[in-house]
Amino acid sequence: MSKTIFELSSPGRKGYTLPKCDLPTSFKKDIPENYKQYLRKTPARLPECSEIDVMRHFIELSHKNHFIEKGLYPLGSCTMKYNPKINEAMARHTCFANIHPYQPLCTLQGALEIMYELQKDLSEISGMAQVTLQPVAGAHGEFTGLKIMHAYHLAQGNHHKTKIIMPDSAHGTNPASCTLAGFEVIELKSKEDGRVDVEQLKQIVNEETAGFMLTNPNTLGLFETQIEEIASIIHSVDGLMYMDGANLNALMGIVQPGKIGFDVMHYNLHKTFSTPHGGGGPGSGPVGVVEKLVQYLPVPLIGKKEDGYYLDASHNDTAIPKTHTFFGNFAILLRAYVYIKMQGAIGLRKVSENAIINANYLKNKLEPCFHIEHMEHCMHEFVADGTKQKKQFGVSTLDIAKRLLDKGFHAPTIYFPLIIPEALMIEPTETESLQSLDDFATAMIEIANEAENNPELLHEAPLTTPVRRVDDVRAVKQLEIKFPI
Amino acid sequence: MPYISTTDSERQQMLKTIGVQSFEELIEAIPEKLRLKEPLHLDPALSELEITRLINEKTCRNVCVQSANSFLGAGLYDHFIPAAVEAIISRPEFLTAYTPYQAEVSQGTLQYIYEYQTMICELTGMEIANASMYDGATATAEAILMAIRKNRLSKTVLAGTLHPEFLKVIRCYTEGIGVELVIIPAKDGVTDLTVLRDAVDDKTACVVIQTPNFYGNLEEVFAIDEIVHKHEKCLLVAAVDPISLAIFNAPSEYNADIVVGEGQALGNALNMGGPLFGFFASRLDMARSMPGRIVGATLDVEGKKAYALTLQAREQHIRREKATSNICSNEALCALAATVYMSLMGKAGLQEVATQCFHKAHYLANEISKLSGLSMAYPDVPFFKEFVINTSIPASKIIEKLLCKGIYPGLDMTAYGNSKQLMIAVTEKKSVKDLDDFVCALKEAANV
Repeated sequence: MSKTIFELSSPGRKGYTLPKCDLPTSFKKDIPENYKQYLRKTPARLPECSEIDVMRHFIELSHKNHFIEKGLYPLGSCTMKYNPKINEAMARHTCFANIHPYQPLCTLQGALEIMYELQKDLSEISGMAQVTLQPVAGAHGEFTGLKIMHAYHLAQGNHHKTKIIMPDSAHGTNPASCTLAGFEVIELKSKEDGRVDVEQLKQIVNEETAGFMLTNPNTLGLFETQIEEIASIIHSVDGLMYMDGANLNALMGIVQPGKIGFDVMHYNLHKTFSTPHGGGGPGSGPVGVVEKLVQYLPVPLIGKKEDGYYLDASHNDTAIPKTHTFFGNFAILLRAYVYIKMQGAIGLRKVSENAIINANYLKNKLEPCFHIEHMEHCMHEFVADGTKQKKQFGVSTLDIAKRLLDKGFHAPTIYFPLIIPEALMIEPTETESLQSLDDFATAMIEIANEAENNPELLHEAPLTTPVRRVDDVRAVKQLEIKFPI
Repeated sequence: MPYISTTDSERQQMLKTIGVQSFEELIEAIPEKLRLKEPLHLDPALSELEITRLINEKTCRNVCVQSANSFLGAGLYDHFIPAAVEAIISRPEFLTAYTPYQAEVSQGTLQYIYEYQTMICELTGMEIANASMYDGATATAEAILMAIRKNRLSKTVLAGTLHPEFLKVIRCYTEGIGVELVIIPAKDGVTDLTVLRDAVDDKTACVVIQTPNFYGNLEEVFAIDEIVHKHEKCLLVAAVDPISLAIFNAPSEYNADIVVGEGQALGNALNMGGPLFGFFASRLDMARSMPGRIVGATLDVEGKKAYALTLQAREQHIRREKATSNICSNEALCALAATVYMSLMGKAGLQEVATQCFHKAHYLANEISKLSGLSMAYPDVPFFKEFVINTSIPASKIIEKLLCKGIYPGLDMTAYGNSKQLMIAVTEKKSVKDLDDFVCALKEAANV
């Protein structure tokens, strides 16, 4: 096991250099008397290491991670596609990395132009009227979108609209975001085929319905065929349709959510638009809306006048308050911009086509070994069910996931969606080659055989990872969330 | 097509394996009339070389702080970042990994978060820290929501000296859910304690202060502690500048219950204001009501030390609408930058950074005070690295004049209620020459 950085520390060791504080000697560097009570009593025990200590330490840690360049990362609904290196090179340009949002606007025109164009391109991709770039994560986008819906209903005088309906296959962030935004969640049981139960929906929709929240394609990888009917039911009570854009990678150039009944949606730039996940952020979750909701987007939007780009706060009176200190995660926006410009319309359509083909190919390969509830063609992801393995051989989906780690792959999203008991939610993405899909399929088939013939091996897995199966119950019961220095 | 690995003939082979004639068959579930009939209206695709040219052309229309003499701060600071920080955070092992849900292949991410949590606890004097939040503003808003959950009270008292953008975000997170916000006006650049004393009562869930506050001034934290904690349930939420904690009070010294703040100053570049990251720490008894991810040390089946996400029963993927927050992605890579930064700077380095900021800011304030037409807005109030000055002509005029000299003199306070004020931030990166050049330019610009 790696030592912690604190164990590498030695008093007086340094990993930095700073210029001398070159103030003239005439300036007395005493701390005035009225500051003394505010001085820290004991110093923070930060590590004292040389640069090489620090580099070796973090490189050693890096070797313990799975990452996209190492191998397939088939997490369903996470879209772990390859993150092009040109995005990184562009984002690190000093004239982007070292600009301050409070600089005079005439010194920020390049950055503002990128944000302006990205607003336009994202609007076009989704068929929405306008986009705010402020939210910095998918869930942050959900919250922003729901606040916009809230503001719309208040403006209509509809104070009684307090309920959001969503299917039981929804991402956990959906209900959590509703609570945070002050809505009550009504869960709708999915139909046998995994889609929204429209008849049931008709029963529960009423004047209190503020909106419907839906991932499309849904978390089973199925397009919601009756989307128009769903939208008309919701719109008939002046409810709004929210699309969780987690699965937008299946739709680009094929369907524009804003043109098929959705009123609000968030994009996950760290999924669909190839920006890196960073081990859990920073992401970016812009929100797009139809025309009637533009006035509620948080200010500023980026506007364009004859003399250049500017911060447009003209609808401040109707806008929801800001959701981020500045303008969102600019450095992530920039990466997504580069990606969109390199793909163009044809490229983005090809991205979605290939994401769908790759998923269906893999689904086809796995069908002989794993039960797949919904036999129709999927979109960009599908859910395999390990119930057979569980019942017949006592091997759980967790065991299968851990065994995959031994074979050099990351595991799929497991035990989600909740409506499939032993779910393995698989999204290969368009960037995987035929060989890598075949390799993954081979590994899964091997595991299915191992489950049958050597289940013990799967209970023990993983065997080859930096640590063996981790006891997360102990992590809760004997809580140790910081190093005892 | 860029980044697509399969060839046309492979695609044909795959479609055949799937058992369809064409791609269109795969999307039959999408009603024909909902499908786009023509390509999206986007610019034609560019090659890598062309996008590089396009981006370079755009960078020419930005003037970065590196090529200017900048005194802009207001919550986002241009501190020195050792090269090793970039060397680590740009490694794909960290950059392209997902959230560490599969602990066995995410020990690298999990361990640095654990080390990050330890460092944040050290800086703040708190007992538990999470893996990071979106930014200082959302961290502060979530701290309020946590205090309300903990206390089952709805009144929140906010210092009017909080960053105005924080106040906006707090408003977004608290309106419409029955939270009563009371804002305490500033007096002489700090929270008016008389008003605060009257505002806080037994129904108050928490009092939120920022120190150094938006104006750069140190709040009277010990007096505030007394006012807040006179009421049994009331919690003190402190938003702090992490660099300041190297020399000024750890918030535990004035009994803060929840400590949050903008972490960008720790090893993260300005990036036009994003990504940022919020840090979030508290007393241990609030662990189960914290938002965000938390990493804990544990063992693997062989008894080897390992790390895992812990207390997940609080989180959205388990608790759904009953979760403590909706947060999923945080700002892990920014927290990594902070961890590497704090590892390199260490105990002494962070102190030196803070000390240099302090002395250089005070030197500059002293020099500016000597100029006619300019004066300190809050001359008697202690400050750290940022301060407000009064100007005799509109601040916008000074900014305009100094821009020609390549100087960003600070924040125009017009938007915050005073068109004849400038807020000036000084970091350790400023040399005496930078400061003297600024004073010289101000002398010319301030009176005409």
